Amino acid sequence: MSRLSTSICIGLVLVGVGLMAILNLSTAAGAPLHVPTYAISLVGKYLSYAILALAVDLVWGYGGILSLGHAAFFALGGYAMGMYLLREIGPRGVYGNALLPDFMVFLNYKALPWYWNGFNHPAFAMAMAVIVPALVALIFGYFAFRSRVSGVYLSIITQALTYALLLAFFRNDMGFGGNNGMTDFKDIFGLPLQADSTRVGLLVATAIALCLCLLVARYVVTSRFGQVLIAVRDSESRTRFLGYRPESYKLFVFVLSAIMAGIGGALYVPQVGIINPGEFSPANSIEAVIWVAVGGRGTLVGAVLGAVLVNAGKTFFTGAFPEFWLFALGFLFILVTLLLPKGVLGLLQKKTGGRV
Amino acid sequence: MTTIGAVSDSLLYLNGVSVSFDGFRAINDLSLVLAPGEMRAVIGPNGAGKTTMMDIITGKTRPDTGEVIFRADTDLTKLDEPAIAALGIGRKFQKPTVFEVHNVWDNLLLALAGDRRPRFTMWARETGEERDRIDEILATIRLSDLRHTRSGDLSHGQKQWLEIGMLLAQEPQLLLVDEPVAGMTDSETAQTAELLVEINKTRSVVVVEHDMDFVRALGVRVTVLHEGSVLSEGSIDHVSEDPRVVEVYLGR
Amino acid sequence: MGWGSDPEGDVMVSIHRLLAVLLVSLPLLATSPARADDAPDPFIGLASQNFDIVANAISALAVSGHPQAAATIAAIEADNLYVDAAGDGAPLILIKQGDSYIDARTGQKASDINEDDVDSVRVNNAVRRAIEAAKGGLDLFAADADTRQKAAEKVFTSHDPAALPLLARAIAAEKDAGAKRAMQQAQAASLLAGDGGSDAERVAAVAILRLRGDVEAKSLLQSLHDQSKPVAAAIAAATSSLARIEQLWSVLQSVFYGISLGSVLLLAAAGLAITFGVMGVINMAHGEMVMLGAYTTFMVQEVIRTHAPGLFGASLFIAVPLAFLVSGIAGILIERCMIRFLYGRPLETLLASWGLSLILQQGVRSIFGSSNREVGTPEWMSGAVQWGGLVITWNRLTIIVFAVIVIAALMAVMRGTSLGLRMRAVTQNRRMAAAMGIRTPWIDALTFGLGSGVAGMAGVALSQIDNVSPNLGQGYIIDSFMVVVFGGVGNLWGTVVSAMTLGIVNKFLEPFAGAVLGKIVVLIALILFIQRKPRGMFPLKGRAVEQ
Repeated sequence: MSRLSTSICIGLVLVGVGLMAILNLSTAAGAPLHVPTYAISLVGKYLSYAILALAVDLVWGYGGILSLGHAAFFALGGYAMGMYLLREIGPRGVYGNALLPDFMVFLNYKALPWYWNGFNHPAFAMAMAVIVPALVALIFGYFAFRSRVSGVYLSIITQALTYALLLAFFRNDMGFGGNNGMTDFKDIFGLPLQADSTRVGLLVATAIALCLCLLVARYVVTSRFGQVLIAVRDSESRTRFLGYRPESYKLFVFVLSAIMAGIGGALYVPQVGIINPGEFSPANSIEAVIWVAVGGRGTLVGAVLGAVLVNAGKTFFTGAFPEFWLFALGFLFILVTLLLPKGVLGLLQKKTGGRV
Repeated sequence: MTTIGAVSDSLLYLNGVSVSFDGFRAINDLSLVLAPGEMRAVIGPNGAGKTTMMDIITGKTRPDTGEVIFRADTDLTKLDEPAIAALGIGRKFQKPTVFEVHNVWDNLLLALAGDRRPRFTMWARETGEERDRIDEILATIRLSDLRHTRSGDLSHGQKQWLEIGMLLAQEPQLLLVDEPVAGMTDSETAQTAELLVEINKTRSVVVVEHDMDFVRALGVRVTVLHEGSVLSEGSIDHVSEDPRVVEVYLGR
Repeated sequence: MGWGSDPEGDVMVSIHRLLAVLLVSLPLLATSPARADDAPDPFIGLASQNFDIVANAISALAVSGHPQAAATIAAIEADNLYVDAAGDGAPLILIKQGDSYIDARTGQKASDINEDDVDSVRVNNAVRRAIEAAKGGLDLFAADADTRQKAAEKVFTSHDPAALPLLARAIAAEKDAGAKRAMQQAQAASLLAGDGGSDAERVAAVAILRLRGDVEAKSLLQSLHDQSKPVAAAIAAATSSLARIEQLWSVLQSVFYGISLGSVLLLAAAGLAITFGVMGVINMAHGEMVMLGAYTTFMVQEVIRTHAPGLFGASLFIAVPLAFLVSGIAGILIERCMIRFLYGRPLETLLASWGLSLILQQGVRSIFGSSNREVGTPEWMSGAVQWGGLVITWNRLTIIVFAVIVIAALMAVMRGTSLGLRMRAVTQNRRMAAAMGIRTPWIDALTFGLGSGVAGMAGVALSQIDNVSPNLGQGYIIDSFMVVVFGGVGNLWGTVVSAMTLGIVNKFLEPFAGAVLGKIVVLIALILFIQRKPRGMFPLKGRAVEQ
């Protein structure tokens, strides 16, 4: 994970997204170089996933924590954004209730649940999109790392965590829209969500957020903190006898990673237009892990690469051969773990003699 | 419980320590006193409880009963590994464990005494002082030329030395060294003995070893462990003439 | 209620029906002149055009003890009862037999009947219900003791004071202890429901009901108001004692449901206790081994349906060994082709086996479709028994028994066979085992196959209570891992205790929290528990575990 590959990655993301933005806004639909708006949102979705992948790589690649529940942080961030977007609708909903979102009117809510207060302010909602995942990660991680739960045990309980959240968010009386989740958003920051310019703006915001996350993650893993973290990953008990507290290192990186995942989720929701409990499903978290494995674990840039590659593949397969997508994904899991332990980036590095 | 010498003038004081795993008594009423500045060799057949004793001192294992007191005032049984390490007790493992993906320099850097908290290491920059100290240790452990080598690529003996170097970097008062010469060549063994004697000039050392020639070369007081308690203690000549020791080793 | 296996629901329906009839007819009966003791001719009402009067007449006839009562009521039911009102006196009640008529009152052949004067007794639903209830009273004198006991139970439920004389006669004639007890309970209930009898008799009746001790006795006692002081005191004492008993039964019922859920969890986790617990392999495709077992059951039943429908009752017995083989062989293939390259890399094993689970799910979806497949329940597994206040359904009980058998067999294999010995040797010290001439790769494959095979057998059981779909296994994978980790890895007994604990706790939480919230609570409690004690309830100790 040289500095070079990070720079290349940031350059590619910014230039690519910039080009797409210009081609979408400055050309008419049907023009030869026109980039359709659905492609803008699609790439925006990939880049949100890339932020999630980066978060997973930070804990798994550098901290050795295989979290099978990271999509939960992503979804929590997404729900915070969804709550803001629903309240932004105001009286323009189907039932025309100025305060209560449609699903609450439908479910006979008389008043707004207390935890919905404040979500009409975008700044508050954005803060919650990172604070809530961070808090969940802090509480969960504090207990897990302090009692030295590690390896597959940790994986299993992170999966149980996201499963519990899945069941909880399916319940109507949780006040988050139950089974159907939240959708039919109209505006974001007063701008119409369906407008091309808003879509392009969201894509650019996602690209910038991704690059910032990449830079932060790179700073963290190359700092002395990162060196200790890698030492913890490879030989936890040795670091302890050196006087380090592995639990605080893991907790720090776990919370940081949850924050990134939350940011990814918050950017994801306005671009796909829906958030529902399915985002908590354990399968989603495991899929995020395979993006990282495909790109190359412990490289940061590989996580971004893997997320984009696998999701582009998913878009292609589910369009062309829907039957085969799960076969393809399944074989991808097996082949990468058996044959490509360093991922695509590892393969590239071998080919280029380690320069990238 | 046998009562032994005074706590007050000891560096490390173990009294009546016992621990069992699933009914198996790994350490049985073990008592041992180490004076400040002393080097002690601990020998004993396999399963005598040498490694478990180290685990207890460094906080990895909690004893069922007994006292473990450091510097006459600190009860080690109440502390965990990082706290004990911070007090100034360093440990070298039987199997050399260095951070293989880091180079020799970074291994020493991570071991250097200093603030271990994330909020410090996150912003820490290498200081000139740290560089000088690492250079000094590199010279002591004879790895100056290999400072940029990935430690996973070192030879077995070099890893052992690097680990001893990491111990030194911790600036401990007490070093616990588990089988430092296992798998070393004769010349490496001799050099290691020299190194330990050198280290002992400023710090206390407990060496667990099988190699009797090496123990003889150290020329220090020897404690013989058997079935989790002290069988005999004294000079190497004294213990090797002790009939109980002979019986245990030769199985008469 | 005693042991019996009425078709599900039927009992309750008929009891309700009877109760409804008698509650409706009770006031009418009380004022009607057609009471057994003061109305010599209970037949007269049968001639009425009013359905209510007919119904009441049937009830009166039933309790009259008239020797022709049974035949007459049977005739109404069979649409064979006729009325001839042509004469001057009371109308003739006739039973049609072939082409001729019999006088219902005497049982003698009736002559000189003019077909034109004869009208059949018409029947509506109210009358039909009266017939049903009346037959119950008549059954008190049936030849079969079982029928008599059931009839007494029905009277108990209706507790109609009008039945008292009938009961008294039945009790006097009764030889069978069970039937007699039921009749006495019916008598006590009927006595208390009315206002007859001395205080002493009524207190004795309360005592009988208290002894009976079920919900019906309690609700009957609670329905009694305005009693004399000693009776009221006896009732108060009895109801509070019965409330305690009822609580006890409901606790027992929850325990049973809990054990039942625990058995399901145990079956799902048992295979994992081998592959994960003993071998340390994280097989995320474990759920799919369960799913394969369920689909094997489906296939077996399909073949039986088309080729040998008579064997359907035995389909599960055929499916169990087949499912073991199918999943076991799949497990051996998985171990040989994938898992063995990943030993010592648990996180990679986890990911690869997850990929495999996706492939298996999609494979089954492609072959069988994504909708649920119908797996039938054999006759012998349907229905329920009631024991005291406990309802036990046969399929739940069968699964519990099956879980016990599977675990016992698994323990026997692990402890008693040379294969089990080798398995434990290899998992404890691979190199030593290899040095002693054990072919460790082969043992690895067999152990993995055993765990997978057990999962397949679990699939047979789960096909009986869950939807057989490609997602069947996914629903159990997290629970299974939690069970194994909670119990303590590598400890089969721990897995048993853990599954039962989780099952029972879940079922006790459900009434307060609801099924989903209860499950969430259990999951969170488990997460916290594992964080406190990462090695589970029954950890293996010692130095070997540390590494």
